Amino acid sequence: MRLLAGLLMALAALPLAAQQTLPPAPYAYRQLEDPAQEAQAQELMETLRCLTCQSQSIADSDAPMAGDMRHQVRIRIAAGEEPEEIRSWLMERYGDYVSYEPVMSASTWPLFAIPLLLVLIAAAIFWRRFRKRA
Amino acid sequence: MSWRLWLPLLLFSGFLGLAAYQLTQEKDQTIESRMVGNELPYFELPSAFEGEPAVNSAYFQQGGPKLLNIWASWCLPCIAEAPQLEALKEGGAEIVGVAIRDRPEDIERFLAQHGNPYSRIGRDDLSEVQLAIGSSGVPETFVVDGEGRIRYQHIGDVRASDVPLLLEELRKAGE
Amino acid sequence: MIAEIGLAALWLAAALAALQLVGGLVAQRAGADAEIARLTRPAAILQGGLVAVSFASLLWVFAITDLSVKLVAANSHTAKPMIFKLSGAWGNHEGSMLLWVTVMALAGALIAAVERRLPEKTMQATLAAQSFVALGFYGFLLLASNPFERLAQPAAEGLGLNPLLQDIGLAFHPPTLYIGYVGLSVAFSFALGALLTKQVTPDFARAMRPWILGAWVFLTLGITAGSYWAYYELGWGGYWFWDPVENASLMPWLAATALLHSASVLASRDALRVWTIMLGVVAFSMSMLGTFLVRSGVLTSVHAFAVDPERGSFILFLLAIYIGGALLLFALRAGSISEGERFSVASREGALVVNNVMLSAILAVVLLGTLYPLLTEAFDVRVSVGPPYFNPVSAIFVFPMLAIMAVGPLLRWRRDSWGRISKEVALLVALLLAALVLFGLLAEVAILPLLGLAFAITLGVASFLPLRGRSLRRAPLSLWGMVLAHFGLAVALLGMASESAFSTEKLAALGEGDVTSVGPWEVTLEAVEPVAGPNWTALSGRMQVSYSGGEPVEINPQSRNFWAPAQQTAESVLLTRWNGQLYAVIGTQAPDGRWQVRLWWKPLVTLIWYGGMLIALGGILALIGRVRSDLRRRSAKRKGAARRLEMETVK
Repeated sequence: MRLLAGLLMALAALPLAAQQTLPPAPYAYRQLEDPAQEAQAQELMETLRCLTCQSQSIADSDAPMAGDMRHQVRIRIAAGEEPEEIRSWLMERYGDYVSYEPVMSASTWPLFAIPLLLVLIAAAIFWRRFRKRA
Repeated sequence: MSWRLWLPLLLFSGFLGLAAYQLTQEKDQTIESRMVGNELPYFELPSAFEGEPAVNSAYFQQGGPKLLNIWASWCLPCIAEAPQLEALKEGGAEIVGVAIRDRPEDIERFLAQHGNPYSRIGRDDLSEVQLAIGSSGVPETFVVDGEGRIRYQHIGDVRASDVPLLLEELRKAGE
Repeated sequence: MIAEIGLAALWLAAALAALQLVGGLVAQRAGADAEIARLTRPAAILQGGLVAVSFASLLWVFAITDLSVKLVAANSHTAKPMIFKLSGAWGNHEGSMLLWVTVMALAGALIAAVERRLPEKTMQATLAAQSFVALGFYGFLLLASNPFERLAQPAAEGLGLNPLLQDIGLAFHPPTLYIGYVGLSVAFSFALGALLTKQVTPDFARAMRPWILGAWVFLTLGITAGSYWAYYELGWGGYWFWDPVENASLMPWLAATALLHSASVLASRDALRVWTIMLGVVAFSMSMLGTFLVRSGVLTSVHAFAVDPERGSFILFLLAIYIGGALLLFALRAGSISEGERFSVASREGALVVNNVMLSAILAVVLLGTLYPLLTEAFDVRVSVGPPYFNPVSAIFVFPMLAIMAVGPLLRWRRDSWGRISKEVALLVALLLAALVLFGLLAEVAILPLLGLAFAITLGVASFLPLRGRSLRRAPLSLWGMVLAHFGLAVALLGMASESAFSTEKLAALGEGDVTSVGPWEVTLEAVEPVAGPNWTALSGRMQVSYSGGEPVEINPQSRNFWAPAQQTAESVLLTRWNGQLYAVIGTQAPDGRWQVRLWWKPLVTLIWYGGMLIALGGILALIGRVRSDLRRRSAKRKGAARRLEMETVK
């Protein structure tokens, strides 16, 4: 009985907490029929940033907007769009921020240049140290 | 050899400067839309009210500049924003609402409580319009000119101080 | 009364830390035997005792819930279970700072009491550095955030009864990382002491090594536990997100791992002197940097709990003084320290140098990726750096490191030849290629997981090769430690690669009675029932799951609604079998009455955390081994000295 009362209280509290009552988008929590397409979609979703959460990809977020983005990704993949087209469609709207996979650009080149530099430095260290047998 | 010993200190000072600068900055959590300056993408949304005309991109290409307000009845800042939208309407702005993931009955209740400043309201159940125009949260307000071009984006709820600003942007969009 | 004792002890401890600093610095000018210099060690020991008293007082006021103390009133509650009352003592800003200085001062007291290998002047310099670091924290505790502050009017009841925070993991995870950080601060002090007196000797490395090992064990455990927490708590089956807070705990670990290996070169071969000092500074910098990133909120993270820009500026200030000062000293002094012995590439040292360079490069990549968004935001550009960047870029350095990790321990110190271990190398290469071909042909696996699987198997075998031809019972404990830690890494890697290569996911909408499958599992949703807890109500799914047609097992994933504070969480169910885990989550109900169910079958995923525990266990064994042999060496030395004395008196 107490359990029931608790449940009723919880249900009554819901509208106050401003819950979103609309069910999630059809493909937010549903996979595509074709496993190859679903794999493509999954791979893309893991690299797109959820815009309303704190550093999570849309592939692992319960935020409604992330669900809507998953829906977009899945129906576009199902319609035959390439994953990279979808990524650039989103980047045209949200900039580099929406993609966890930095694309070489004026604002991201050091992310690629510095690791390259590290490789060179490592090679230089080995060369200096091991060139002549001590 | 010896200049290299200063490198770590140099790099560290760079980091310190950056970190200190960022600490003093207000943390900017907003993601600006890249669509400002571009044409409003094609869309067609059903109206929130049965029998009323749909909200679509074509509607923005006729008549003068309009405000496109992204909102929802479940969004708390939208309640705070409601009187300012009223003020905007009184200032002569036409406001088109796009309700995100919302049910007609909730929309109706919200408008009954907080007033209805909108000329039309479309239901964006899948955030399609929101994503298409690069909006990342609720509420946001876009200024769209008479040719259907996005001219300005306001992120977050409209405060009293933002009202003249938005009216000015609307006026500029109408020139 | 107890609170006042705690505060008084804290003031006295701070005064002693100041004395310790002065003593250690005077020693550098006036020699180790100057009157005040000789007070350095006793000051450190007494300081440790006083801080222990202070921390015990804090525990006490929390244990009895003394509501006239502001900190207790704000963070505790009479109705809390005792364990959470106690953990509440360090579950807040002030208390965690006191815990930090306590661990630090106890460590200082321990080295002051037992460490006799180093020249006295170097020891005094080390203790001075230690007190220098501690003074920053004392200053902040005493002047800006006194944990013992009283309320004018005792509170009627405490405010700290948030049941969401009463989690055993949350209670012990931060102190685990803290102890790791403090251990690295001891290594930092040793490095500064050695730099001040330019006494960078094998003895210095031996004195520092147990502290690095200890810190490393705690960091390993902290990261392992944190990753498991994210895995079961966030409800999407991910265990590592390359999130800033996760990176903040990984970076000190990477630096400590590099330091551990370079210190062992210095201890055995008197080489890599400057490099070891540098790493000592870097490792502690990374702990401070991590603390800064977590606390200041300059970066966006899923795990950010206690963000406060003001504390951020305080930590940044300390960071500037400690690390800036240390790096300045390094730039001025390190030029006059020679790098030490040279060696050839085919030697244990050679392999360890490769390992160090690779670890440092990985550290640099993680640091770059973590801080890069901070840099671009200064120019109003927002970018995201995530797993698709970190995974492949760090892999450039990880796989060469794994290769050298497999063969390096087979090489002898000083000079060796590849010819001597050619048989082992051939075996390992064959194994690697066989695994690559096998997995490459049998399953469709992406390149990184494929390399991961092959390297994990190869390294798993390779890690035991150093024991070949040895009597297993006579092999030193530190060797066993290395074997186990390396094997643990192979195990963890196998778990990660397998999770990434072979996981299957099923998102299904199920009505009551519907059946679905994920991997080898058949899942039936029997019913969804409401249940209630102390502060939540939940919808609980009753599912029967059976593995390849075997006996069904019932599991009950829940979707919980907490009411204070209002929050919806998914309580996932993890069903562990020897070869993997079934991960089940229940979501919301669709309009057609069916339930959103998320299912994953993750083969061998648990190996990730078992591997982490093995690595830590390896560290513990090595630590015990090192300390035991240090003690043995010491008593032998003492006996030798006594005998010599005896002989002389006989003469």
